[in-house]
Amino acid sequence: MAEIAIKQVAKRFGGFTALHSIDLTIADQEFMVLLGASGCGKTTLLRIVAGLETPSQGEVWIGGRRVDHLPPRDRGIAMVFQNYAVFPHLTVFENIAFGLRMKKLPQQEVERRVNRTAELMHIEQLLKRYSGQLSGGQRQRVAVARALAMEPDVILMDEPLSNLDALLRLEMRAELKGVLAASKTTTIYVTHDQVEAMSLADRIAVMHQGHIVQAASPVEVYRNPAARFVGSFIGNPPMNFIPATKTANGSWTVAGLTLPGPKSDKHKIDFAIRPEDVDAGNEGLHATVRVIEPLGPHTLVTCDVEGGLFRAILESNATIAVGDRLRLAPKADRIRWFDPETTNAL
Amino acid sequence: MSAVAEAPVVATADARKAGSWLLVATVILLSVWVLLPIYLLIVNALSSPEEVTAFPKRFFPSFDFGSLSFFINFAGVGRALWNSVLVATLTMILSIGFGAPAGYALSRFDFPGKGTFRFLVLMTRAFPLPLLALPLAVMFIRTGLDDTAIGLALVHTTLALPFAVLITFSLFSGIPVELEEAAWTLGCTRLQAFRKVILPLALPGIAASAIFAFTISWNEVFAAAVLTIENRTLTAFLLQSLGESPLYLKFAGGAALVIPALIFIFAVRKYLFAMWGIANR
Repeated sequence: MAEIAIKQVAKRFGGFTALHSIDLTIADQEFMVLLGASGCGKTTLLRIVAGLETPSQGEVWIGGRRVDHLPPRDRGIAMVFQNYAVFPHLTVFENIAFGLRMKKLPQQEVERRVNRTAELMHIEQLLKRYSGQLSGGQRQRVAVARALAMEPDVILMDEPLSNLDALLRLEMRAELKGVLAASKTTTIYVTHDQVEAMSLADRIAVMHQGHIVQAASPVEVYRNPAARFVGSFIGNPPMNFIPATKTANGSWTVAGLTLPGPKSDKHKIDFAIRPEDVDAGNEGLHATVRVIEPLGPHTLVTCDVEGGLFRAILESNATIAVGDRLRLAPKADRIRWFDPETTNAL
Repeated sequence: MSAVAEAPVVATADARKAGSWLLVATVILLSVWVLLPIYLLIVNALSSPEEVTAFPKRFFPSFDFGSLSFFINFAGVGRALWNSVLVATLTMILSIGFGAPAGYALSRFDFPGKGTFRFLVLMTRAFPLPLLALPLAVMFIRTGLDDTAIGLALVHTTLALPFAVLITFSLFSGIPVELEEAAWTLGCTRLQAFRKVILPLALPGIAASAIFAFTISWNEVFAAAVLTIENRTLTAFLLQSLGESPLYLKFAGGAALVIPALIFIFAVRKYLFAMWGIANR
């Protein structure tokens, strides 16, 4: 059992605050992805859990034990680094065995575990090689095998796939998901790649400027963004936002369309919809077509709505030309509303 | 059409040819600059005393070991040689013992005054030794360090230490910090991680900078001449005794000094280039 609890953790570097009082609980065997743009504090948070960075305040608990004052080796964690950190002076076998030898396991057990994890990661034939004789993808496999061989309660991964080429990344992603699910460890995985996050995570914690903006399942994060940032960061193309004006209490006008919405004492709020959640029809938002990009199964249409850019993903058989005036009807159950000042969902 | 297209091609080919001639000429000039004195030294050291003063010179030495064997058996040379090795070895141990930890600290930790510290390390090289010699000699006599191998080694260490610090600094900086962090997460203490991961990777470079410190001490003559009387190192001994010696003995002594230093530097040349490569980055 290794539940991870991060309680009010903050980190300041001189005058710069990298993390503002983070609270996050990760269940046993959960796959948690920390997602955010570079500089949002996700790697700092991971390194605080690993013990490579000391928090300025707050507590870190792993498996019911407070660990924030313990060195990394006493935390029951294993880590996979972005640049793999495979020891260049040791063979692949000795790399994977490194942590086991530190634990002073008998030679027989060391060999058993190295062979088992090497088999798992498909690197049995590389055990006698050195890091310099391996490709990037192979080094990645060694780094993961080295972490798994420790049979840790918690595996921490810092952008482990970001140095691989696109095809290899796709392959490793699926493989990692299978291997980690089978290993029954709790995983924290840092990435800036939303597709990676969506496909791997049980839960995604979206981070922005040192805050966790939302921590929820991938579908929840996609469908019900807690804040405007989440909607614009996740999804490609991102969510559309249009200012809405109050007509009556609970009724709002958006680009020529009157819609029922939340009751609010504000005069203006933001209407939001994902590009795939609109249909071209006889009624809807007034839009002028600017750019048309056929993508095969769909067509991405960029329009002018209320003087702002609006992207819609429409059926590819639609006969649309640049300059056309369209009416885009939003699907009622997919409409979201945001407070323009706090940027939070209403 | 083709004539127009060819003209610039010919011009660049000419320029490239001229460039490569310039390169070859420069390499030859520099090689002669370095190698000619060494060649003359060796030829004369390996010639009989008569040949040294004769003219014209022979191109190949006669391999007459008369001068060298006379020099080796010259009273005091053996002892001076031993002193030189002893002082250089102590210098090597002291400068790596102090320099490598300082280099490690500079590469891995941020602390207030780090920039100033690096600058001061370098500034010690700008301080002229002759200025220090007299007060140093007085202090050494008071503390009883004068005329001892350890005393001279301390002075040589101050000369070699800046190089040891800066060379090991760039050496450790070239080793990714993630390797160390990975070792920590795999069960190592800071010291174990250093011993099992960083040291094996840094060892060739550390050995090279140790030999560099050895060579600095081996070649140093001023402090050695001022601070020792009985226990002279080879450089100080030769300075004192060869001044009045015949020419062929001077050549033999010079060869005995230069050749070991050359061999040492030659042996570690790869690491010195590598270290400077890192330092330039």
